[in-house]
Amino acid sequence: MSYEIAPLETASFEIDLDMSVDDHTFALEFGSNAKLTALVGPSGVGKTSTLNAIAGLLRPRSGRIAVAGRVLFDSAAGVDQPPEQRRAGYVFQDARLFPHKRVAANLDYGEKLAPDSARFITRSEVVELLEIEHLLDRQPPTLSGGEARRVAIARALLSAPRFLLLDEPLASLDESRAETLLTLIERLRDELDLPMLLVSHSTAEVERLAGRVVAMAPPGRS
Amino acid sequence: MTGAEWTIVALSLKVSIVAVLVTMPIAYGLAWLIARRRFPGRMLLDALVHLPLVLPPVVTGWLLLILLGRNGAIGKWLHDVLDITLVFNWTGAAVAAGVMALPLMVRAMRLSIEAVDRRLVGAARTLGASPFHAFLTITLPLSLPGIAAGAMLGFARSLGEFGATITFAANIAGETRTLPLAIYTGLQVPGSEGAVARLAVIAIVLSLGALLASEWLVRRSQGARAHVL
Repeated sequence: MSYEIAPLETASFEIDLDMSVDDHTFALEFGSNAKLTALVGPSGVGKTSTLNAIAGLLRPRSGRIAVAGRVLFDSAAGVDQPPEQRRAGYVFQDARLFPHKRVAANLDYGEKLAPDSARFITRSEVVELLEIEHLLDRQPPTLSGGEARRVAIARALLSAPRFLLLDEPLASLDESRAETLLTLIERLRDELDLPMLLVSHSTAEVERLAGRVVAMAPPGRS
Repeated sequence: MTGAEWTIVALSLKVSIVAVLVTMPIAYGLAWLIARRRFPGRMLLDALVHLPLVLPPVVTGWLLLILLGRNGAIGKWLHDVLDITLVFNWTGAAVAAGVMALPLMVRAMRLSIEAVDRRLVGAARTLGASPFHAFLTITLPLSLPGIAAGAMLGFARSLGEFGATITFAANIAGETRTLPLAIYTGLQVPGSEGAVARLAVIAIVLSLGALLASEWLVRRSQGARAHVL
């Protein structure tokens, strides 16, 4: 596969994990210097657990996680940054918006906690980019799947993340909405200087977006 | 209501409200610990919290007397150092009511904390929130219905407290004689059936009000839970 997007100078993701989640153990090692790296594999293989480990929500048994040259976790060196210091822009598959806060307050949440110097996009730019102006006064439980995911991406971007983690961003969306979001992710990839890691099971999606594809396989099989 | 009845009702409300307000943060802290933390002794803590629910109230009152009485382990220190006396006055009645209400309050709050999706806390952390900030902005507001329901249950329990109160704080008119104690006292005096009946009606009205309010809050909290999931 060939791509016109220039690779980053420093490696975007350097991952070496030995994980144990609910009696399921797996190991994963890869390095990537693509701007957008895709993680593919059958369900249950540990793709989401890997994202959780990178975000700091799950602790690996051992290993090392570095993103854009910054070490977030290194069991040998005793490094284990808490999630709030890692500053992942994590877009969960279920959006995970705060149900008791309006859309606008969900956007405020990370924006208020972000250091001023780290901001790279304004509130109005994000709202325009994701076309969520008309949703700002809504309560999250009333949003459709596609709307919730757009709000989740907006919330992540406004928290001034150092990298983006996207968990199945196009899952359970109809074709036209998936296409809109796909175009949007391409724009984010091309216009922002953010390493992105995307979990997917759609080869079409991956071929179009990713500069590097990492395949995860269940242990014991190839 | 007569002046004497007002004194009794006002004292009962004061004792119950103070008991609930003071117990609320303690109950929430215990509920959070039991719901969210795994530590050695967690089962023991859970059992201790539930003790006032299963012990005869008179025994709870006696234990309070031993601990907080003027010659008690903690009571002596409170009296000598801080000049606080808990026995034989309304603060003692409030302590007894608060201890008796604690298990019910912890149960209601614990259920509502457990119903808060922990993954929302994780999402808050990735957005830059410290554990404490995530607690204040996510767990606390989402468990608010359980806090309210726990407070109402605790209030109803405090209003009806008898055994621990009479044992620990005694039965002193105007000081510790709350509604149940006043009814009991009335029953000991021949010819006061009418007065007892009036107090009983007041007790029924107050308790029913608190119960209905807590039922309503529990229903609302279940509605909120459906939103979370």
